Amino acid sequence: VVSNEPAGVYCLVEAADPDGPTPLAGQFYMLAAERGWGGEDGRPHLARAFSVCRVRGERLGFLVDAIGPGTARLAELEAGEGLWLVGPLGIGFTLPDESAQPLLVAGGVGLAPLVVLAETLRESGREPRVVAGFRSSAHAGAASLAGPEVELATDDGSAGHHGLVTDLLAGLLVREAAEGAAVYACGPPAMLESVRRLCSEWSVPAQLALEEAMACGFGACFGCVVRTRTGYRRICVDGPVLSAADLDDSWLSR
Amino acid sequence: MRPGRGLATELAGLELEHPVLNGSGTFDAIAGLRTFGPALRERFPFSAFVSKTITVEPREGNPPPRLWEAPAGLVNSIGLPNKGLEGFLAHDLPVLATLPVPLVVSVAGFSYEEFARLVEAVAPEDCVAALELNVSCPNVKSGCVMGAEPLETLALMQRLRPVTRKPLIVKLTPNAADVGAVAEAAEQGGADALSLINTLRSVAIDPASGRPWLGAGSGGLSGPAVRVVALEQVHAVAARTGLPVIGMGGIRSGRDALDFLAAGATAVAVGTENFRDPAAAERVHGELAALLSLHEAERADDAAGVSSPS
Repeated sequence: VVSNEPAGVYCLVEAADPDGPTPLAGQFYMLAAERGWGGEDGRPHLARAFSVCRVRGERLGFLVDAIGPGTARLAELEAGEGLWLVGPLGIGFTLPDESAQPLLVAGGVGLAPLVVLAETLRESGREPRVVAGFRSSAHAGAASLAGPEVELATDDGSAGHHGLVTDLLAGLLVREAAEGAAVYACGPPAMLESVRRLCSEWSVPAQLALEEAMACGFGACFGCVVRTRTGYRRICVDGPVLSAADLDDSWLSR
Repeated sequence: MRPGRGLATELAGLELEHPVLNGSGTFDAIAGLRTFGPALRERFPFSAFVSKTITVEPREGNPPPRLWEAPAGLVNSIGLPNKGLEGFLAHDLPVLATLPVPLVVSVAGFSYEEFARLVEAVAPEDCVAALELNVSCPNVKSGCVMGAEPLETLALMQRLRPVTRKPLIVKLTPNAADVGAVAEAAEQGGADALSLINTLRSVAIDPASGRPWLGAGSGGLSGPAVRVVALEQVHAVAARTGLPVIGMGGIRSGRDALDFLAAGATAVAVGTENFRDPAAAERVHGELAALLSLHEAERADDAAGVSSPS
């Protein structure tokens, strides 16, 4: 770990991976602290999956929301502590056609892979539109990672639109003609389903970065499956980015 | 393992470079080759590769969620997803055949006849060194029956033994009233080796709903949490049969592996730890080698020696 800085209420944990391949936007890593992994109640035990949120040479950044024993331990890591990582893993985003206007839709900590995607697009001279939803303005502090002009929505109305980020997406699709848009989204399942339905209605191609609990991250455990039109698929090796066209409304049901 | 032989291990006629295998379903060599590239083949961590269990018909597996992290362990209810016998022979076996170690194919049937059909189809393949009979998966309805009852196990072995001369390894379930009795039945029926333990039947409760978390309701526990249970069962089974035993259950280190050898195992398998670290078996192997050479040095110094696997 080379640094750990706040990003809104989240932590941006950066680690050096001098020997690893350069990740692509949407790819992920399995992370575990070298020490103190397995505390009270014998957890965390397994590594945790994180989309890469920043790539600066050998420095990889991960956006951590401390919601359980694993994320809490990762969030408290300090520079100099060891971070065990495996990656880059999975299939990331496919970049849009030259003519398409990329629309990036983030929900909470799901901002992470879209930060790298936005940077990748800018490097090729293209400016994506970014909309991001958060619980509150405190959480929304992370939005600037994705660039200076992120349109916000918050659950409590403390920043930007008072409501859902998908309201913003719907507005964009109405105002800017959905024609030629290419949507990229990452966030909680209900948000992704809403994005999927909107894009289906507007016949806009969408790529969704999904999340599931994973034991391994590289295809061994078959634990992270999601139901697609062609049956269960492992998010770790067939995703985490899937085309919205591969899903119907059954993927969300548990 | 006898002193002076290094780590080379003979198991039911298989010549293994070292005693560390993988547990079935805990390492996907085909996905691993895609993810880790040719380095995986060059530094393959296991001395034999045990495939994920195949069944006669394709299975898509249990509904998600399939995983729950437990204290020092993992509860899973994967449900044996696989391409079925035909899909395995056409798509997976040709790739598994290129691995640099002996291949053990794990099979599960829901009747003696299904087991027989799998063994008849798989055993004649040149690249298959041995078969493991999964009579113990607790996740699939009726999958536990044949491994939970000694008479069932005996009847299954009597059906399968005439089918092939290749080694048949029976993977025992810990969810049996008397695992030693099942082991004796497997031996009587002509098994060549035993492997244990499979996962312990478990339930995880979703704190939000108060209902079972896993899509299938219940699952199986693995990881360090089960290690001492596994050691007891390996010890009991090794004492009651003359068959070689592949011991597994929460092995994370060479020290853990040595404990299983001391309990009577001939070889060991790394399972859940592969999920945490795809290179874990290589580390376990290295640590075990260091511990065993230390023991041999101590034994040379002191005729009384240290307690050691034999």
